[in-house]
Formats: sequence, structure tokens, C-alpha cells
Amino acid sequence: MNTHHHHGIGRRLENMRVAVTGGSAGLGLALVAELRANGASVAFVARTRADVERVARQHGACGIVGDVAKKADIHPIALQIIGALGGLDVLVNNASSLGPVPLALLGDTDCEDFAQALETNLLGPFRLTKALLGPLSASARSGKSATVINVSSDAARTAYAGWGAYGASKAALDLMSRVWSEEMTQWGVRFLSLDPGDMDTRLHALAVPDADRESLRHPDEVARDWVSRLVVAWRDPRAAREAQASSA
Amino acid sequence: MIAAAARRPPGEGKLLVLRADGQIDHARRGAWIEHLQHGDLVVANDAGTLPASLRGLHRRSGAAIEVRLAGHRRRDPFDVTELRALVFGDGDFRTPTEARVPPPPLMRGDRLELGPLLAVVLGTLGHPRLVALRFEGTATSIWEGIARHGRPVQYAHVPHPLEPWDVATPIAGLPVAFEAPSAGFILDWRTLGRLVERGIDFATITHAAGLSSTGDVDLDRRLPFDEAYRIPQRTAQLIARVRQNGGRIVAIGTTVVRALEHASTSAGGVSAGAGLATQRIGGHTRLWVVDALVSGTHEAGTSHFEMLRAFAEDATLYRAGAALDRYGYRTHEFGDSMLVERSRLGRSRGTAPRIAA
Repeated sequence: MNTHHHHGIGRRLENMRVAVTGGSAGLGLALVAELRANGASVAFVARTRADVERVARQHGACGIVGDVAKKADIHPIALQIIGALGGLDVLVNNASSLGPVPLALLGDTDCEDFAQALETNLLGPFRLTKALLGPLSASARSGKSATVINVSSDAARTAYAGWGAYGASKAALDLMSRVWSEEMTQWGVRFLSLDPGDMDTRLHALAVPDADRESLRHPDEVARDWVSRLVVAWRDPRAAREAQASSA
Repeated sequence: MIAAAARRPPGEGKLLVLRADGQIDHARRGAWIEHLQHGDLVVANDAGTLPASLRGLHRRSGAAIEVRLAGHRRRDPFDVTELRALVFGDGDFRTPTEARVPPPPLMRGDRLELGPLLAVVLGTLGHPRLVALRFEGTATSIWEGIARHGRPVQYAHVPHPLEPWDVATPIAGLPVAFEAPSAGFILDWRTLGRLVERGIDFATITHAAGLSSTGDVDLDRRLPFDEAYRIPQRTAQLIARVRQNGGRIVAIGTTVVRALEHASTSAGGVSAGAGLATQRIGGHTRLWVVDALVSGTHEAGTSHFEMLRAFAEDATLYRAGAALDRYGYRTHEFGDSMLVERSRLGRSRGTAPRIAA
């Protein structure tokens, strides 16, 4: 197993149970690796069986084949996550779709491509969060720091030509995170909407094929950042909850 | 009615309230929390439901079968390698369970092909359609097979197939139940918020509810099977505190009663941790922990109904049964509800009454 190689931190997240969607590439894969390196138990979801099996082997994580954009896949995914981990403390809704590829102006966007962005970036996270709300709230009741991370983007706040489907879906995801937070803070489940910035990933290459890759953040760096936030909350769930309550 | 409509919003439907003094009230189902008091504790079962119905083939005979996973064989409710199961012959949920054709004769070593899953019969358990079976493969592949191939156990009284989300309570967590802990359908997040606003605390246990009926009189007499449960530390602590302060313990569903009473201590509290509930609760049972039960309405002769006899006198239950009939209460998993307070009357008992027969 490719773990315990980062600066002797292999136990910081011991007993934390985490699920990551879109876990076979980009930020999702970096999160799986970083979480495992910190000792968390990890289940991840991706669409392609060969990729799932490779990443599962490489990182000692439980790989689940499924598509969060498909309604019928959600309950089987949730069941396998809980079957593998015996509960859930953190859900990372990371799987994302750009909508039309290459990016298109709204006037040139097929409705089906727009719908795909909403299914993957908005309805998928809604359905999976709802299906896993029981285990997440049980984690919170037992005093742990239960957290849902939704991956956001600056395209959720700024109107960029060509990013209409993606940006609209991420803006809706941001608002949904805030409403979830408003409703679930009293039950101890935190919702974070985190923007990783422009990263050197397959998704970014599809969106901006001629980008200067030197100027992009590496997903490993973002994963280290986010996982250290989880470590802080895991050590002191009460402080994390109070911070969430005062920001809600 | 579509399947989703089979499970009504928690506010809809009727509620029969059977008070500690024997008085009967009728209310909206959504009004159940009006009958609780500041300082009470609501305890629900947060078990999720396995899609326990698996269709496939009995390899030796080539016959089509339906396997219904019915209970754990080991104490660990997370072990899905070896399970108890009921086996039916061909047919589906449109045929009432009691009219389903029997499976081909099942023998030790028989192989069952259930979609992507392969199971071996370890032996029958005192009845030709009740078997112990072992799934082949790793835990991961067994969970994947159950998740992708399994369907919720269906009911003949629901006209369309139930989907996984139809049998998930809002708080459903660990998938260890074989049939939905259906009393939990009375909960939603709004109601839970209202409980807290009223100074009523909320806690959970996890109880691996088994099948509630098999369609076979002899087998049904053996229900409920032993069921594994787990009581979190926080729940045990809240129960102790609430009882000390004179509040009541309100169980959402019969599984909660079974677990809490099994874990009860002489001091009137419960022990936290894992256990295996083996007892039957009936007219002879003295309740140590639970003060009130919110549940579906149950027919006489079922194990659920027997449990009500621990809460109220038979004569009172007889009157309640008559009221359920008279006012047309619906008596199945997705039906109307009852709130039964533990009786303060004497414990004289007559013959077994019939409720909504």
C-alpha cells in the first residue's frame, strides 16, 4: 500500500470513515491518497471498473463502480459505502461534469449537456447526501465531526463566457450547501463548500486545452490543504461545530 | 396509487392514542408529538434496510427462485457472508406470501445463482424453505452484489414495486435490517426539529430487524428470530438522565422496545454496546425501560401485536381493536399508527383479543 510516506502523519485520521466521489482521477484521486496516508478508511466512487480496481489496489481503499449522475445508482453506491466502512464521517462530493465539451456558449449548449452538468454537479450530490444523512447524523450524535464537502468553483460566482452550464450548476450547489448547513448545523453535520482553484487535472485540460500548466495548482497540494482542515476538526469536533454555527 | 404514495408523508394518516389510563383518542398521525411532554426522550431504530429480495436459479434443478434474506447467522450484524434466508419458488410479490409456490427441495451443498452472487446452502433450519446460506467472494463483492442485484422485499398490498428509497427511513444508517423498521416512517427532519424545540431529546439505537412474516404459519410462530442490536453510549446516558428526571422513554417501533428491554439493567437503565435480543415480549413481560410505543397498527397473532400486550390490558387492546375497525385504520407497514402508553391500570388479563382481524 502506498501509504505512510508523508512526513510521519499516518495516524492523524485513524478511525475516520470517508467517501469520495470521482475518486479515480484529479482532485478525487489526490484526496483518496492523502486521506489514506493519514490513516482514514476510504471508499471512493468512479464510473470505470478498471480505474476503480487500480486505485483501490494502489491505495488500500474500497472502490465502488457507479455514476452519481444516475438516480438508480445512488442507493447501491450508498449501501456499498456503508457496507465497506461500517458508517460514515465525511462525504466529499467531488465528481463533476463540465456540461458541453469543449465548453460552449449558452446559445450553443445542448439541453442534454446542461442537464448532465446538473445531474452530476447538483442532483447527484443532493441524492447521495440525502441517502447518507442517516450515517452522517449518527456520526455527529456520537460526538464526531461529521462533514460534507461540496467542491465549488469561482465559476459559481463569476460569469465566464463558455462556463454557463458548469457555473450555474456550481452556483446552485453552493446555495444548496448553505441551505443544508442552515438545516443540519443543529444536528452536528457540517457542510463546507470549498473552491480548489484552477488545478492541473483532466477536467481542466478538457475545459482549457491550451492552459499554461505551470500556472495551475497541483491537486496533491489542494488535497493536503483540505485534509489538514479535516484533521483540525477531527481533533476538536466541538470547536469545528461552533465555528460552523457562528458562520451559519 | 404509485409506489411512492404507498408510503405517506409522516403528517398524513391517522393515529390512535391508547393512554395509560385506558382512554382512547383519535388524532392526525402527524400530531403524535403533541402527546409527548417536555423532558421525554424519543428513541428510534436507525437501521437501514438491505435490499433483501434476490431472484435467481437453483442450480441443481434449474428452477427459478426468490431468496429473501431474513437474518444474520453470526452475532456481528455487519457480517453478510453467512445469513438465514427464506426461499420461494417462481412468482413475485403480486402473489400473497402465503400463496407462493414452494422452492425445489433444498439440500446442503446446493448452489444458488443470484445475479452476480453465488450462494451455497449450508442446510435447512427446521423448515423446507428456511435455510442457512453462505455467499462466495469477498465482503466487498458480496456488498456490491446485494447492492446491485437486491430489491426491497415487496408487499402484495402495495400495487407497484417498492424502490430502495421507499423503504429508507430519513434516519436510516447501517444497512442491517431485513425489513424496514417501518415505525420510523413517522419521522422526518422537520418533526425531529420540533421535538428539540419542545425540550424532547432524540436518540437512536441500531437494531437488525428481521422479517416480520414469512407467509408460513409454522415459521411465523418462530418469529421474531434473534436480532443483533447496538446501543450507543450517548443513548444509554440520555436514558439514564431522562429517567432520573422523571421523563418518559418513547420507543419508535417494536424493535426499539426489544433492544432496550433486552439491554435493561436492574437500575432501570440500559447497558450501552452490542447485544443479541433473543426474548419475546408479550402479556407476561414486565417492561423496565420503555414507557410508550409509537408503532403501526398490528393484527392479533403477530409478534408485534403480542408486544402490545406488555403495554396494555387485553380488555383495553380489545377496545382499541374495535376502534381501529370502526374508524377504518390501515393495518400494514405503510398504514396508520398507534401511540400506546404503558398502562397504569392493574394487570388483569383475559383471553387474547383480536385487533383489526
